[in-house]
Amino acid sequence: MSASVEELKAIASPVIVDARGVSCPGPILAAKKQISGVTVGNVMEVLATDSGTLKDIPAWCRKMGHDFLGSFEEAGAIHLFLRKAK
Amino acid sequence: MSKKTIIVFSGDYDRVMAAFIIANGAAAMDDEVTMFFTFWGLSALRKQPNPGAPAAAKSGLQKVFSGMLPKHPEKLGLSKFNFAGAGRMMMKKVMKSENVMTVSELLETAQEQGIKMIACTMSMDVLGIGKEELIDGIEYAGVATYLGEADEANVNLFI
Repeated sequence: MSASVEELKAIASPVIVDARGVSCPGPILAAKKQISGVTVGNVMEVLATDSGTLKDIPAWCRKMGHDFLGSFEEAGAIHLFLRKAK
Repeated sequence: MSKKTIIVFSGDYDRVMAAFIIANGAAAMDDEVTMFFTFWGLSALRKQPNPGAPAAAKSGLQKVFSGMLPKHPEKLGLSKFNFAGAGRMMMKKVMKSENVMTVSELLETAQEQGIKMIACTMSMDVLGIGKEELIDGIEYAGVATYLGEADEANVNLFI
């Protein structure tokens, strides 16, 4: 993880994927669907409640070649941040 | 991009569900996915044939097999605790409250994601399942097609 929680909270993500309430494989399906609408170099934020996404979104990023920036949990939701790299 | 192949041999609801979760996950990670449905797994691809569709000629035993097999993915039984379908109903209730996708929804997503689905024609003949009883958008082939696909894949599962 490269960014601190404070740094992550300061990011105004242009694209936010709301995958709260859906279970595996919902969050990565949602991420895959929405990443095409993100400009290369921009940040996409994924909101989730399934705790598996803490590992799954970083794994998805590694496979897809995007930079995973980090995550934090707040008010029952997991916020995950990634930068589209290609 | 790499490739994954999955053989769906089982007709158990939970096993088919696992196969589709893996397939959809791989497709969401930009992998090319081929699912090869054989024997009991064919039930996952079944639909009610259109009323006007010509019925395939079946022998008596083929009629027995195809008549006894589930006619829709949501009718598949669980590998454990099925209790003549009561267990499946209970599990689906929990799945719904937890927002877990059903096999039908996973199948629809798999088609949207361009996952290639192949029905084994030999098992179709053995079980008396005609093409008109299977969903649209699938391919029909045999073991050589599967092996050709598997040669190019870096993950191959038999479920």
